Amino acid sequence: MKVSVLAFGIAKDIFGGSSVEFQLDGNTAADLKSTLERQYPRLKQLRSYMIAVNNEYALDELILTDTDEIAIIPPVSGG
Amino acid sequence: METQIIISDKALDIQSCIEWVRSPQSGGIDVFIGTVRDSTKGKRVVRLEFEAYEPMALKEMEKIAAQASDKWPMQRLLIHHRTGVLAVGDVPVIIAVSCAHRDAAFEACRFVIDTLKQTVPIWKKEIFEDGEVWVAAHP
Repeated sequence: MKVSVLAFGIAKDIFGGSSVEFQLDGNTAADLKSTLERQYPRLKQLRSYMIAVNNEYALDELILTDTDEIAIIPPVSGG
Repeated sequence: METQIIISDKALDIQSCIEWVRSPQSGGIDVFIGTVRDSTKGKRVVRLEFEAYEPMALKEMEKIAAQASDKWPMQRLLIHHRTGVLAVGDVPVIIAVSCAHRDAAFEACRFVIDTLKQTVPIWKKEIFEDGEVWVAAHP
């Protein structure tokens, strides 16, 4: 499945842009994380990061579809 | 309870935020005003840059408001957050809460800012004279 992922904060620096498109092996949020980490190893150096699907934090087992809005949420630092 | 939740790239107006939460049923108003500090760990801060994943950030702030309203009886709750470039002394966030009694106002205000810092997808980059860093990104 082809997915497009939005990036914010430091994830934007790591991806080199505010979104990336790629071919996902598998279909869960966990599959997305491992695919991204293979392509962008710097993600593993972050304190943590989450996947958001349709504006909600996603659990690893969540099944993704090609119409979802998917985003990488690096550690937040608002306030 | 009434809420007003806004993310804006314009300067926040402290006085109008306080005015908005005033209500005849309230015995007190508690306000948290975040301000940009001039240094981090001894290094001089030149400016901060805030970025938000706006639709999700608004949704997360709505959730915090709902949780706070389950825990404390509030009349009004206001959350305003800035995005964009901020200089030392500028205001990135204002939380204002009005309640019948002060204990609830203090506790709710504290809960809202503490939870916002943990869950709302907003990021801040500190720019120093000799470099820049996304706050909290690395261990």
